[in-house]
Amino acid sequence: MSLNLQRQTSQTENPAQVDMMPMLQVRDLVRNYAPSFQLCVSSLELRKGQTLCLLGPTGSGKSTLLKLIAGLDGADSGEILIQEQPLVTPRSSLAVRRKVAMVFQRPQLLTGTVLKNVTYGLRVRGLAKHHQSEVSRILNDLRLLELSERRADRLSGGQQQLVAIARALVLKPELLILDEPTANLDPAHVALVEMVIKQVQQEQGTTILWATHNLFQTRRISDRTAFLLNGKQIEEGETDVVLTRPEDSRTADFVEGRMIF
Amino acid sequence: MNWGELWPILALSAQVSGIAVLISAVIGIPVGTWLGLTNARLRAVMRVLTHTGMALPPVVVGLLIYLLLSRSGPWGELGWLFSVQAMIFAQVILAIPFVVGITMNSVSAIPSDLALQLRGLGASDWQVRTSVLREASPGILLAVAAAVGRSISEVGAVLIVGGNIEDKTRVMTTAIVLETGQGNFEFALVLGGFLLIAAFGVNALILLLQRSQRLA
Repeated sequence: MSLNLQRQTSQTENPAQVDMMPMLQVRDLVRNYAPSFQLCVSSLELRKGQTLCLLGPTGSGKSTLLKLIAGLDGADSGEILIQEQPLVTPRSSLAVRRKVAMVFQRPQLLTGTVLKNVTYGLRVRGLAKHHQSEVSRILNDLRLLELSERRADRLSGGQQQLVAIARALVLKPELLILDEPTANLDPAHVALVEMVIKQVQQEQGTTILWATHNLFQTRRISDRTAFLLNGKQIEEGETDVVLTRPEDSRTADFVEGRMIF
Repeated sequence: MNWGELWPILALSAQVSGIAVLISAVIGIPVGTWLGLTNARLRAVMRVLTHTGMALPPVVVGLLIYLLLSRSGPWGELGWLFSVQAMIFAQVILAIPFVVGITMNSVSAIPSDLALQLRGLGASDWQVRTSVLREASPGILLAVAAAVGRSISEVGAVLIVGGNIEDKTRVMTTAIVLETGQGNFEFALVLGGFLLIAAFGVNALILLLQRSQRLA
């Protein structure tokens, strides 16, 4: 299988929806984890409507970086700006955090129905009653409508992942953070999820930060790609450039499958 | 056998155990929740302490409370000895380790990632705590059921601090002891039957509440 898979339409090819104001800026971010792991990201910038893939092997710090950007953990130094507003600490930034929704690799769902889970974020904002049609549409798009009254904990792992994606999409976040959201899905559902997320992005101008270790997916979905290795940002740039003409030899080793641990 | 004595005994049992469980829940659920969310080392220490509390011999608790509340004791001025208040106090001491311990275990069993993921959907700290508490609610209901069981069936402590005074501090368990001692087995068995029905009723109600929580 070649890396030159056909790309779906990305937001950069729809300039009308691309805003010049940066949606996300990350500068000189450092987070130390005992005993020996340090996340170190020098600079990331993402404009409205763009998709940035965080590419890197397992343990490279992708999830750690995503949690920091979602405001779920605090950095030791550096800054994160969402629409030029600093994300100071997890406690003082509810309004900023609510511009962001995050999907985790291993979803944890609430006891109760699929519908209860999908509307959770709307309920905590007091908006559940006003977004019923949007909820139905997302459930339908992700093939969950017929399961909406089923208990979420009785669903398969893949279906639970779809519920986790749906509960983020119904919030219409300005920044959607996805941590390997398709890792537990079969190829048909991977395609479905990519299609639905791209559709939502085109309609709403959503900015997307998507962590994956899948090069094919990176090429399909992203405008820009950042490569992380051992907690360090190695390279960042347009996806085509990073995947085909990387500046750093370590990026080239990963992309061409020569990196062996 | 005087059947007219039955209803005051049942009513006082319900009053004493009901208030004791209520106080235990009001104090024990928040404490247990906080412990369930705190660091694992403190939780391990508290687990040992609460499990010890669950195994406290009621007669020893009764003896200590008797000494505390007797006229020459430190709390003698309250005048609670041989009163309903003393019985409630004893039952709270006996029931609260169950509420704290089981609540703590239920809350700590909820995956920590759930709180993180709810926060990632825009929930405030307070909303996250409420949601986690709701997830742990079947376990918390179990804690309340254990407290009801402990307090309604307890005899040693309430006998010592209540004195089993007719129409004043006589509850089902102490009445059973008295009636058995006097050879009134029929009355004692009827009281025992009511005790079993009460225990069954409370547990059935809690089971229904747990079921409705799962289906919500």
